[in-house]
Amino acid sequence: MRYADEIREAVVIAVGALRSNKLRAGLTTLGIVIGIVTVTLMATAIDGLNRAFQRSISMIGADVLFIQRFSWFTGREEWAKTRNRRELTLAQAREVARLSTLARAVGVEAHGSADVRYGNRSARAVWVVGNSEDSALVRGVSLTEGRWLSAAEVQGARPVCVIGSDLAARFFPLESSLGKRIRVGRSLCEVVGVLEKQGQFFTGANLDNQVVIPITRFTTDLVRWPDVTIAVKVWDTTRMEAAKDELTGILRQLRRVPPGMPDDFAINQQEMLVRNFNQIGGSLALVGLFITGLSLFVGGIGVMNIMYVSVAERTREIGVRKAIGAKRRNILTQFLVEAVFISLGAGLVGLAVAWPMTWVIDYFLAARMSIPTALAALLVAAVTGIVSGFLPAWRAARLNPVDALRSE
Amino acid sequence: MSLIRITGLSRHYVMGTEVIHALRGVSVAIERGEYIAIMGPSGSGKSTLMNLLGCLDTPSQGVYELNGLNVADMDDNQLAEIRNREIGFVFQSFNLMARSDALHNVELPLVYAGVPPAERRERALEALRQVALADRVHHRPNELSGGQRQRVAVARALVNRPSIILADEPTGNLDSRTGTEILALFDQLSRNGNTIIVVTHEEDVAQHARRILRIRDGLIAADEVNQPHHRAEAPPRLPPVLTPPPIIS
Repeated sequence: MRYADEIREAVVIAVGALRSNKLRAGLTTLGIVIGIVTVTLMATAIDGLNRAFQRSISMIGADVLFIQRFSWFTGREEWAKTRNRRELTLAQAREVARLSTLARAVGVEAHGSADVRYGNRSARAVWVVGNSEDSALVRGVSLTEGRWLSAAEVQGARPVCVIGSDLAARFFPLESSLGKRIRVGRSLCEVVGVLEKQGQFFTGANLDNQVVIPITRFTTDLVRWPDVTIAVKVWDTTRMEAAKDELTGILRQLRRVPPGMPDDFAINQQEMLVRNFNQIGGSLALVGLFITGLSLFVGGIGVMNIMYVSVAERTREIGVRKAIGAKRRNILTQFLVEAVFISLGAGLVGLAVAWPMTWVIDYFLAARMSIPTALAALLVAAVTGIVSGFLPAWRAARLNPVDALRSE
Repeated sequence: MSLIRITGLSRHYVMGTEVIHALRGVSVAIERGEYIAIMGPSGSGKSTLMNLLGCLDTPSQGVYELNGLNVADMDDNQLAEIRNREIGFVFQSFNLMARSDALHNVELPLVYAGVPPAERRERALEALRQVALADRVHHRPNELSGGQRQRVAVARALVNRPSIILADEPTGNLDSRTGTEILALFDQLSRNGNTIIVVTHEEDVAQHARRILRIRDGLIAADEVNQPHHRAEAPPRLPPVLTPPPIIS
């Protein structure tokens, strides 16, 4: 018996059997439907989380090393040891720029917050960033209007600023923001540029609500001795390790770290975030899918149960089929196909239910049910059908024809 | 060579600690083209003999040669193939697939034989024509009368051109008029050269056969030649029936 033909025959039988027991088949599928819904939603949420992270992380260039006082990932113990480290200074940043050969550009960065006002409009606690002229290249900034801070402005601590797109839209909805003087903290700064819209970082920070001022202005207006980050853009991404070594050498010298003592600074990079996220995200996904998978398992037991009932009810039919020449394989296929049909149908219903529910997830983190997720869900449903249908089908296939024919 | 030759066939069942000897060493030969009735009261072992002849069951002891093949030693799947190719079953309660129409019911043995769909349909239609149901091919069993259902079952038994048609109380669920109709159909199949074995406990039914095996207590009590006297009755108008299969030696 040719295989395609065999499957087709089994499908005809399965559809007939299911149609004559609609309510029962429907109730049985409910378990699988719930299972598929939860698994699909979980997968979609994980997917959304991943994508949100990837989008955020791409804002931190892969070719940038961040020299900071602390490592991004510091344990409690380590924190106790490192919390007395000296700040990194502007002078050290200038020396790094002068000495490093592998650095393409060195930017300085300091963060603070201040109220911003223009006329009668104001914004409280805006994120203020102190930058140098090279920070544009290091940060990979793009502007919709105007220009970045110039070297002269940074040198002379000029009262100028570059503002985020949200601020621009809020303060100057109908006019150009260029040339306007806004109050940032204590001083009036002239807007020289507007940043392109960037959206949120995965931590939830709004990147479009920032004001960039020269780092020199930052130290006079906001924080006298800020804890600066020296951001180093490296020429060649394949030589990140070499660049790290070079920077470590330069900084140890600048900060006079005696030989044998550990570094009193940290060099952070994007990869650390990625690695950490993959670790946490990976185990989160595993646990999440396992827990949601449990509901699918329960659904599978339901299918197995109903298949046992189906086999018991149709014992005589099995006997007749065997009498006229059905082999074990034919009977096995017939019942497996029926189980897979129940599960696949449930999978489709589950997807139909889960789809609108992903819109709710989308409200919190950009998530769509992807085609691969949907296909994977259907595959999982089919496998559940095969697994839970196998024992009942096997029992049917092994029935003795004489006994089967005698059953009522 | 005989179509069927059984030698010292016995079958016992173990029920708890008790061993039931349903068949105690039966030997018989059946030639191609015979029309045989197997008779006996309930508990005589005739059902066991029928199950063995139909390859639904395997004997505890003895040899069963069908068409020169010893089926006593075959496994499940080989037996399924033999049943499919060599034996056409007709049951007392018809045993049609309730959800399938007549045509699909008749096609079923061919499905398991792996016959391609087009040829399957052709042969099934032909078989239905031979039991005069060409106008009922798309009716389901519940839309057919008892006699019509049994004719569908006969068509299903015929469709794969088996060596034997094995009928178990074929008229048991029918009123006497339709019963006669089915027996007339068997007479005609027999006249056309088919080998027919009917298991029954009704003397009327057995009288259609030309040989009667009487079973009692697991043994053949009598093996007699019969002069069918029902033949005088005019059979219903039925078209010519399938020719028997070519003899494969």
